[in-house]
Amino acid sequence: MSEVAKNPSVAKEEMRADYEKLANVIDLYSGKEGCLIQVLHAAQEIFGYLPFEVQKYVADNMGFSVSYVSSVSSFYSFFSTTPRTKHDVKVCLGTACYVRGGKLLIEKLQEILGIGVGEATADNVFSIHVTRCVGACGLAPVVVVDDDVYKQVKPGDIAGILDQYRGK
Amino acid sequence: MRIKNVNDLKLIADQYNAELKKYEHTIYVCGGGGCISSKCQDTKNFVDSYIKEQGLSDKVNVIFTGCMGTCAMGPVVLVEPERIYYVHVTPERAKDIIDRQIIGGEVIEEYTFFDANLNKHIPCIDDIPFFAEQVQIVLNKCGKIPFDSIEAYIAKGGFTAVAKAFGMTQQQIIDEVTASGLRGRGGAGFPTGIKWSAGMKAQGDRKCIVCNADEGDPGAFMDRSAIEGDPFCLIEGMMIGGFAIGANNGYVYCRAEYPVAVERFNKALDIAREWGMLGENILGSGFNFDIELRIGAGAFVCGEETALMNSIQGERGEPRQKPPFPFESGLFGCPTIINNVETYYNIAEIINRGADWFAQYGVGKSKGTKVFALAGDVINTGIVEVPMGMSLRKLIFEIGGGITDGMKFKAAQMGGPSGGCITEKNLDTSVDYESLTALGAIMGSGGLIVMGENTCMVDTARFFMQFIQDESCGKCTPCRIGTKRMLEILERITQGKGTLEDLDTLEELSYTIKDTAMCGLGQTAPNPVLSTLANFRDEYEAHIVGKTCPAHICSALAKYYIDPEKCKGCTLCARNCPVQCISGKVKEPHVIDQNKCIKCGACMTNCKFGAVIKK
Ligand SMILES: Cc1cc2nc3c(=O)[nH]c(=O)nc-3n(C[C@H](O)[C@H](O)[C@H](O)COP(=O)(O)O)c2cc1C
Ligand code: SF4
Ligand code: SF4
Ligand code: SF4
Ligand code: FES
Ligand code: FES
Repeated sequence: MSEVAKNPSVAKEEMRADYEKLANVIDLYSGKEGCLIQVLHAAQEIFGYLPFEVQKYVADNMGFSVSYVSSVSSFYSFFSTTPRTKHDVKVCLGTACYVRGGKLLIEKLQEILGIGVGEATADNVFSIHVTRCVGACGLAPVVVVDDDVYKQVKPGDIAGILDQYRGK
Repeated sequence: MRIKNVNDLKLIADQYNAELKKYEHTIYVCGGGGCISSKCQDTKNFVDSYIKEQGLSDKVNVIFTGCMGTCAMGPVVLVEPERIYYVHVTPERAKDIIDRQIIGGEVIEEYTFFDANLNKHIPCIDDIPFFAEQVQIVLNKCGKIPFDSIEAYIAKGGFTAVAKAFGMTQQQIIDEVTASGLRGRGGAGFPTGIKWSAGMKAQGDRKCIVCNADEGDPGAFMDRSAIEGDPFCLIEGMMIGGFAIGANNGYVYCRAEYPVAVERFNKALDIAREWGMLGENILGSGFNFDIELRIGAGAFVCGEETALMNSIQGERGEPRQKPPFPFESGLFGCPTIINNVETYYNIAEIINRGADWFAQYGVGKSKGTKVFALAGDVINTGIVEVPMGMSLRKLIFEIGGGITDGMKFKAAQMGGPSGGCITEKNLDTSVDYESLTALGAIMGSGGLIVMGENTCMVDTARFFMQFIQDESCGKCTPCRIGTKRMLEILERITQGKGTLEDLDTLEELSYTIKDTAMCGLGQTAPNPVLSTLANFRDEYEAHIVGKTCPAHICSALAKYYIDPEKCKGCTLCARNCPVQCISGKVKEPHVIDQNKCIKCGACMTNCKFGAVIKK
């Protein structure tokens, strides 16, 4: 990210490659019915989030209006229109994790990072999110950082978990 | 190779089984979702390389499987032929197991399963009550074969059911499923045979068969485990269903929160196509069938069948008005049959072994088994499959091993946000559709959350209502606004600001929403409130009248005290109290001024001597 910010020409190059990737995905799905959500998944995978320009690109190339694409993407909590932070900290508040103390983990996270749920730290390194069950309920309560699942987490473990991602 | 007929299946099975016989030992390493979080991949990698290093590759077979059941004890490992079940198998422990058991012939008891009830280790898996009390039909291959091998699946009898089905008429298949008494495992328990019959009779050039793998109930992970451990069985179940109703297109809708299930199922689809078990003229039957996997995007309502179909079509996942029912006009306007994952996992066995065999399990109108995801305050969390009709007590206390931390049992929540709770006095209830409904709970899809005495039932009701509020699609007023009103009332009560009239209002709103909401989400949303009101009215009253939370969960009602015996007078709490309501001299016990305290809990987190207590 910082690389891109320093040198816009790199950004353009990078974006061009990303759009090419997206074009390939749209191609791949072209023969199949009702693939908008699958394409949006791929787009979010490529760009990290779904900014207006990306949604417009999808709309134009799949024969939808932008407003339609955005009406679909905004329905689903998985799609985000804001850039991701470097690391995504998700605390599960599904029933099993809630019963086993997930709420205390959120409180501890907020205290350590000084931000609320859905917010990002000023340096854009961490953001806190709530998820509703990642299917690891047997290991409740669960915290997911990026793709790593931490099991049976206690409030005292949070600082140590975060430290593993600082500077990464 | 391409499988062209039943003979090919037999050939593959014989070859694979002969191959297995060459080995003296088999090490099964669990690669299920729970064990992945416990770093089972490291264990698997270590075992692979250590076996090679020791020159044991032609004596020891290493197999990476799906979930074996005791997910909180991962990584778990089973060693055959002795059938020793090891838990928490780190690479270090794996080395010991190979050195001492595989090479040395000794069982390392302290690494084996620990049974909390019997207070001892039980080395052999067949002696462990958690496993011995189960009957596995749905999970009969999950955790026992490599999840990515079609040959292993075939060697266990895979695809013989679909081969048999191809020799039956559509009506014969449906009659068999109807006679088995199989009911949908997605929650409502609708008889599968009747649904399929409607699907067969529906007119249309093209029909679809859909699998609901959205598993939206937060706290449930049965479907995920089945798909990750035995993906080919879902393909076979759907193919039989497709043949029975005349559908050539299958769709599986899986939630985005399950990337491992998505990856493994997609891979299974590729393998099945490569081997000719998906595509054209399967097993020489003339029947063409293929399946596509579609991924959800984080909306609970998409588990509702009509919303799910909109979502597969790439649209907003809002429910549709019924009628028309899916079997009349479903996915892309075609006649569509939709079933839950677990429902499909029963089909192959019903076709192979017959309806009577299946119906020997279960009670009354609930036949066969049910898979449960045990979670919450229970010792053996994980995945279990039991015959319908087992008592909840046996399920929670014998199989589940009882409540954690020596707590008392308070309630078991079944059916998630659409369900209700079962209390101590009803623990002997039989687990079947009718008995649970009679208690104001439901079978649900299999999420079983056990709650100990430190759970506040009012807060639990508030939790579910918050979930519903977040997930309501907003299409109809009773659900969109009614549940918001209910949530506001529940929040007030947990903050000690409720009135007794609020309880009547809650009930009134509940019935109105149940009667007028458009889809199942709204219609069932009040259930957790009604069920906790019926079973724990005293707890609601304690919050309202006594301004206390008996379980000490609702922070606004908590009172913080300093235990003079434990307080060392270090002053840390006083310095951190945001309203400066703690007083006391250095090295003397401190006191909290209850009138000023805002219950932030900072004193409790800061005290290093455990002197601050919450009551
Ligand atoms: C809000 C809501 C969520 C649902 N979520 C699921 C789900 O996650 N999985 C599922 O199989 N069925 C779910 N259902 C039930 C489905 O609508 C449908 O009845 C079921 O998939 C039919 O399959 P079955 O007959 O095999 O049970 C849900 C229903 C509602 C109203
Ligand atoms: S009941 Fe709720 S989820 Fe269902 S259609 Fe109405 S608003 Fe949407
Ligand atoms: S922090 Fe604990 S030990 Fe120190 S003064 Fe407060 S209550 Fe006493
Ligand atoms: S709970 Fe907060 S406000 Fe109350 S005494 Fe402790 S630190 Fe002070
Ligand atoms: S409830 Fe947290 S992982 Fe399922
Ligand atoms: S995931 Fe390994 S036992 Fe369940």
